[in-house]
Amino acid sequence: MLKMRVIPCLDVAAGRVVKGVNFVDLVDAGDPVEQARLYDQEGADELCFLDITASSENRDTLYDVVAHTAEQCFMPLTVGGGVRTLDDIRKLLLAGADKTSINTAAVARPQFVAEAAEKFGSQCIVVAIDAKQSGPDKWEVFTHGGRRGTGIDAIAWARRVTASGAGELLVTSMDRDGTKRGFDIALTKAVSDAVSVPVIASGGVGNLQHLVEGIRDGHATAVLAASIFHFGTYRIADAKAALREAGIPVR
Amino acid sequence: MLVAIVDYGSGNLRSAAKALERAAREAEIAAEIAVTGDATTVRLADHIVLPGVGAFADCKRGLAALPGMIATLNEEVIEGGKPFLGICVGMQLMATRGLEFETVAGLDWIVGDVAMLAPSDPKLKIPHMGWNQLQFHAGHPVLAGIAPGAHAYFVHSYGFNCAAPRHLLATVDYGGPVTAAIGRDNLIGTQFHPEKSQDTGLRLLVNFLRWQP
Repeated sequence: MLKMRVIPCLDVAAGRVVKGVNFVDLVDAGDPVEQARLYDQEGADELCFLDITASSENRDTLYDVVAHTAEQCFMPLTVGGGVRTLDDIRKLLLAGADKTSINTAAVARPQFVAEAAEKFGSQCIVVAIDAKQSGPDKWEVFTHGGRRGTGIDAIAWARRVTASGAGELLVTSMDRDGTKRGFDIALTKAVSDAVSVPVIASGGVGNLQHLVEGIRDGHATAVLAASIFHFGTYRIADAKAALREAGIPVR
Repeated sequence: MLVAIVDYGSGNLRSAAKALERAAREAEIAAEIAVTGDATTVRLADHIVLPGVGAFADCKRGLAALPGMIATLNEEVIEGGKPFLGICVGMQLMATRGLEFETVAGLDWIVGDVAMLAPSDPKLKIPHMGWNQLQFHAGHPVLAGIAPGAHAYFVHSYGFNCAAPRHLLATVDYGGPVTAAIGRDNLIGTQFHPEKSQDTGLRLLVNFLRWQP
């Protein structure tokens, strides 16, 4: 049986781990490679790095971090942030990433998703959708780390990028990110039910019950969280235990 | 010993190389792990690994673009009997043909087609992505010491439909059986990623390095 995944996320800027609270007020909190190794030992199902500065001058730092992580952690690694070209994807895969996540570049040029999927396979193309509620059961796609609205409907966008070859969607609620109030379950469920590919729920986890809700009620097959793990509030094993307790299959 | 990881422009090579280096250390085998696109290096190697992520057709084209590589693989692996491990699309390339995006001939080392997964439950997501539990159908030295039900990491949308049941070593359940490992003689292939499957994967790689079929 396929197990539901718990994915700790490390927000990385200039090679250091930071944690966004509504994408501002960044708090420096460590070395990404050390963090990754800890999560690996603790039984995380995957790791996610999001390069939140994603400016071109810091790009090589990111490749180094990915490479050093891949040398020490024999588990799946998704890297996103600033992925704009097929060459960006190739460099990340060569450094040791297994999947790359695309956000702004997909919105800027939707054909990029199709090109990336054809070149590297759908299984390594994650489209990150940052969405903010715009009305009852309506969400708008945001780009540039949540700073720029696009006017695009998030559910329609999810369908479109999936049809283009995205292999997975990382759905983050901009309303919930950093709030610790839990995932936007309505958003997660609306996207999960609209597409055939796996959906990772993201944004807003404050306790373990939120992880349960993301899978049970949001129909996600993976849950992503940063601060609850990063600051040691909960361990990966606590998350697995809570999911198991709720009858959700975990490793 | 020399282990050649064939580099034909598909990703994931660094983690495969690092995992094999770790496996060699744990097995106390003095192994040089060479990531190479050079047919001569493959000819010199004792063990050969064909990794792969991405699309079947793209991977096949990449492999075919390396001068002399497919001929060398056929000579060294099929005629020469060197231990060979295919991983993910590297395993799929052992098939007769792939049906991803377009129909493309594979190496035709193990008879079968690589076709889109079709789980019986339409709610199951494609790609099949994450940790699933191995069920074994035949014993194999490279799978030795891995318990039934052990978790391995999968990420794929297409699966290897093996024509001969005797070539099927392991499956996982995902709305029906999905091929997880295939093999015959000196060939083994895994749909899952040993280099991403933590202890289970390292165990498999240690076994592969020790394998003398």
